Amino acid sequence: MSPPGAPDLAAAAAAPGIAVAAAPDLPDIFPPVVRRRGLRGVVARHPAAAIGVAILLLMLLAALLAPVLFTVDPTALAPSRRTRLPSAQYWFGTDMLGRDIYSRVIYGARVSLVVGFSVAALASAIGLAIGLVSGFVRVLDGIVMRVMDGLMSIPPILLAVALMALTRGSVGNVVAAITIAEIPRVARLVRGVVLSLREQPYVDGAVASGSTVPAIIWRHILPNTLAPLSVQATYICASAMITEAILSFIGAGTPPTTPSWGNIMAEGRALWQVKPTIVFFPALFLSLTVLAVNLVGDGLRDALDPRMAKRL
Amino acid sequence: MSPPLLEVNDLTKHFAVRTGLLGGRGAAVRAVDGVSFSLERGETLSIVGESGCGKSTVGRAVLRLLDVTGGQVVLDGRRIDDLSAGAMRPLRRRIQVVFQDPFSSLNPRMRVRDILAEPLRNFRLARGARALDARVAALLDTVRLPRDAAGRFPHEFSGGQRQRIGIARALAPEPDLIVCDEAVSALDVSVKAQVVNLLQDLQRELGLALLFISHDLAIVEHMTHRVAVMYLGQIVEIAARARVFAAPKHPYTQALLSAVPVPEPGAARDRIVLKGDVPSPIDPPPGCRFHTRCPYAFARCRTEVPRLRRLSPEQEAACHLHDRPAAENPLA
Repeated sequence: MSPPGAPDLAAAAAAPGIAVAAAPDLPDIFPPVVRRRGLRGVVARHPAAAIGVAILLLMLLAALLAPVLFTVDPTALAPSRRTRLPSAQYWFGTDMLGRDIYSRVIYGARVSLVVGFSVAALASAIGLAIGLVSGFVRVLDGIVMRVMDGLMSIPPILLAVALMALTRGSVGNVVAAITIAEIPRVARLVRGVVLSLREQPYVDGAVASGSTVPAIIWRHILPNTLAPLSVQATYICASAMITEAILSFIGAGTPPTTPSWGNIMAEGRALWQVKPTIVFFPALFLSLTVLAVNLVGDGLRDALDPRMAKRL
Repeated sequence: MSPPLLEVNDLTKHFAVRTGLLGGRGAAVRAVDGVSFSLERGETLSIVGESGCGKSTVGRAVLRLLDVTGGQVVLDGRRIDDLSAGAMRPLRRRIQVVFQDPFSSLNPRMRVRDILAEPLRNFRLARGARALDARVAALLDTVRLPRDAAGRFPHEFSGGQRQRIGIARALAPEPDLIVCDEAVSALDVSVKAQVVNLLQDLQRELGLALLFISHDLAIVEHMTHRVAVMYLGQIVEIAARARVFAAPKHPYTQALLSAVPVPEPGAARDRIVLKGDVPSPIDPPPGCRFHTRCPYAFARCRTEVPRLRRLSPEQEAACHLHDRPAAENPLA
């Protein structure tokens, strides 16, 4: 094939005397790809995930270093200085009891992150175990999955509210309530993955190679389950943070003595039209954190596919 | 005389079909219905037939990847179809498998070294990391792959190379028999030829028996010793290669052979085009299962099931036509 723009050689040969011009070098359409290595390369290829990781790291640092980040006691009352707008002294203003919102938001990160990560870890671990049992022990599958369906038929927030109504409000109980509500989704996902993996020829190949069932689960099923599971875990983490905020907002979550983004917003709700800053800052932090977790989840999803491993 | 390496007697496999809302007593798919054959050491037996005729089910039953409904699978004089999973495990060393799809037959998260090490470890064929590495390197040499392949993942290879990895895994425990379930069907023609030649070389070098399950008659003719033709869960003809391809003795075999493309433009061809579809294996026709599509069917075919009959030392076919006088037998 002659490149477009090159003279038609047949026509030139048919008409002697016409000089044949050499085709000019065409520019390469695809410049050679130089793969940047290291952190900068990863950031360049996955900018969204990098932003997510950065925000999440900042939140983690804020939660860990809360006492030294120029905060005051987040529960200290100062009725004479209530409902202040942001200023040099009160960066995010004060609430109706005169408490410093900046300090409360920074300390509130602890609750959100603890709840998000604990629920993600617990729900994944328990859901993984249930899903594996359900996928491998066919006689239990029907019973286990009907129980999971029953749990799933109740909206997770309602279920968490109902569970919280049974106990006292504390961070531990919030984690437990949201975990129970999230387990069925993980169990269903894992069961589905296990059932499809069991049909893979490489699992038959492993059977023919003399592997025992536990060895097949360990070497073939689990590693291929972890990728979708860890992606699911990030989404559970994000949804647990929101659920925690909702529970705190309606007064069924963390006790009022522990600042959390949900209960800061709940307390500012009455003053929303007069002093929107009370609601604005915890809402901003919650949105940013949830967005960051979701960005990380999307990045993980792309990165954990072994066929895309080279792009990481 | 020692027993054949593999003997399959009256093998039957029915799959239950759940019907109705509560999955009550349902019908059964009669995937394999009374299949018998034997296989000697170093021999290739091809099982051919169209999709759904039960040929893969036969392979899986021989591999003990499923429990049979009836009949026997005998390996080297020892019945294996009724062994428990634990009793079967050490015997699995002797029967290995190469699958059709080179993409899903290798775990995408395992390096080639670990894929090949799995059977070596399970059957305790290599002690220590150095012995293992040596065996893996030797296996890669055997299937003509570079040794540095060991450190790579399956997705870094082409289809033909992956199929070589699959063959290397099957060779790892030094089996007597390899079941090739459509092992070359998913490959390009040129790669197909390479893999087939590799299998033939290995058979010669290692004295392997091959159970070659395929629908590709051209490949089968190239590499097999004997052929079993299956239709709707039964063997209709089983014979030496030359007999099947030169003088098929079952109308279905004839039709199958006439459908093979001839790589010659304008070549005269007598194609036998079968009418209708394959009947459902849930409710197979009475008598000869092929009578609904057979151009020569007569009254007896509709009522009486034909048995495999030895027509010559190397050829058996299940067809009532051979009971008729030669003048009335279009296959004679």
